[in-house]
Amino acid sequence: MYAQLVETGAKRVKSLDEMSPEERAFQEKIDAETKIEPKNWMPEGYRKTLIRQISQHAHSEVVGMLPEGNWVTRAPTLKRKLQLMAKIQDEAGHGLYLYSAMETLGADRDEEIEKLHQGKAKYSSIFNYPTLNWADMGAVGWLVDGAAIVNQVVLQRTSYGPYSRAMIRICKEESFHQRQGYQILLDMMREGTDEQKQMVQDAINRLWWPALMMFGPHDDESPNSQQSMAWKIKRKSNDELRQMFIDQTVPQLEYLGCTAPDPDLKWNEETGHYDFGEINWQEFYDVLKGNGPCNRERINTRKKAIEEGAWVREAAVAYAKKQKQRAAAA
Amino acid sequence: MNQKEALTEYLLRLADSDMILGQRLCELCGKAPALEEEMALMNVALDLVGQARNWYEYASDLIDDGRDADKLAYRRDAHDYRNLLLTEQPNEDYAVTMGRQFFFDVWHYFTLKSLVNASDERVAGIAAKALKEVTYHLRRSSEWVKRLGDGTEESHRRMQDAVDILWRFTGELITPDETDQLMAQAGIGPDPEQLKEDWRGLVKEVLQEATLTPQPDDAWMYMGGKHGEHTEHLGFILAEMQFLQRAYPDATTW
Repeated sequence: MYAQLVETGAKRVKSLDEMSPEERAFQEKIDAETKIEPKNWMPEGYRKTLIRQISQHAHSEVVGMLPEGNWVTRAPTLKRKLQLMAKIQDEAGHGLYLYSAMETLGADRDEEIEKLHQGKAKYSSIFNYPTLNWADMGAVGWLVDGAAIVNQVVLQRTSYGPYSRAMIRICKEESFHQRQGYQILLDMMREGTDEQKQMVQDAINRLWWPALMMFGPHDDESPNSQQSMAWKIKRKSNDELRQMFIDQTVPQLEYLGCTAPDPDLKWNEETGHYDFGEINWQEFYDVLKGNGPCNRERINTRKKAIEEGAWVREAAVAYAKKQKQRAAAA
Repeated sequence: MNQKEALTEYLLRLADSDMILGQRLCELCGKAPALEEEMALMNVALDLVGQARNWYEYASDLIDDGRDADKLAYRRDAHDYRNLLLTEQPNEDYAVTMGRQFFFDVWHYFTLKSLVNASDERVAGIAAKALKEVTYHLRRSSEWVKRLGDGTEESHRRMQDAVDILWRFTGELITPDETDQLMAQAGIGPDPEQLKEDWRGLVKEVLQEATLTPQPDDAWMYMGGKHGEHTEHLGFILAEMQFLQRAYPDATTW
């Protein structure tokens, strides 16, 4: 999930009786599965929650270019290099698409990016982990994009029309990335040297738990989720999505011939699901607060890019203005 | 040098120039001045590395010593690389990045335009696909040179500096050597005189529109890339780019 902890501002979900007529009409529309569109009336809380969530999602796409960009100059073959470039390009495109969806809610892209750079807006915790070997490119595709897809497939039914349509479009590309990522790992496990196989297992050991954290806190620790679910921004709870992800991913892990760094992971015949160990929530909240391995580096890189690019953007604006004046004079 | 040797050499020049410039653009991932530019830079890099792969594949068939495209890209050292010196120059600020791209794109565009009609079918085929991509690259870099040159005072100063810094590497683009001559005679490569005229003509036209001043045609030029004599930059580019292939020589699949 690329937006794992979104404030809704609501401590408790209002019942229909407590709502104003407008709110009630809105909620009834939501309950009837009618999509909300930019010009429709919506509660301020709904608007703000969506701006937070979609901007977090967009920021995640942009910051998410960095751990992969870290290896694009070192990709080991022409084929892998081309795949990685195509993927990074897609991510920039997803970022743009999501910022556009966010702007339909009256938010401003530059302002939201400024909030990110000031540490006031979040992005997915996963991108604060370093990419330390080439197999990380496979593991990020498989686990991180895999987790994102589980979440985004559900978000295709989210109640806000522009967000839902963005998810439909983005999911197609993400699924492709995920298969490519898995293929990187599979090829290394099947045809690689012992050193390469070790790289794969090492990548999984480091990224397994951070990928599970992408779904956010436990449901009972997630008060914002209830309002998001009532508004049908969220369609499934964090724990439900996490379980779905585990259930679909463990067989893929076994097929690779690798293991998860979780001694408690095992199939539960009774529930029909995999049981798994407890996430290190201290680490999760530390990373969200800015104290993960790469939080500083990621934000500094993005800040620097935008700050050092200011003169370029100013030049583009000045040139466009001159061209307009010339056209008017001609 | 016979024609096959000249063609092999010529293909490696095309491939290496595409590869090294693509690599330089990859370094900018996540560091562009705007999100639209992230997409565009990666898009151009993707085109260039894709073209490099096509040229390498053809070269490897001609060389026919068991080395495939990856081996040519990842296992040759700097003295075997044949890229233009311009392509290995550092990104510096966005004016240098765009100036480098523009000078290269103009050369690339006219070269490919000629290669499309090459007597060698495989060259013509690869060039036809590449030309579509490079037509877009040229439009984009020309636009940026104009925007920066005719933008603000600061951007004008930076863009003029970039032109001045990079100019000495442009001679290599339009100064033919034996390989270029042989390729022209074989009806494969562009006519060197025509290429020189086309390159200078378009570069000056765009610079003028961008309110920028070119350096004189007879300015001193730094050359050698086409013969494997590079600037100090290439060694570092290759050290980074080839690291995995070099560190794990036994790995055959990645």
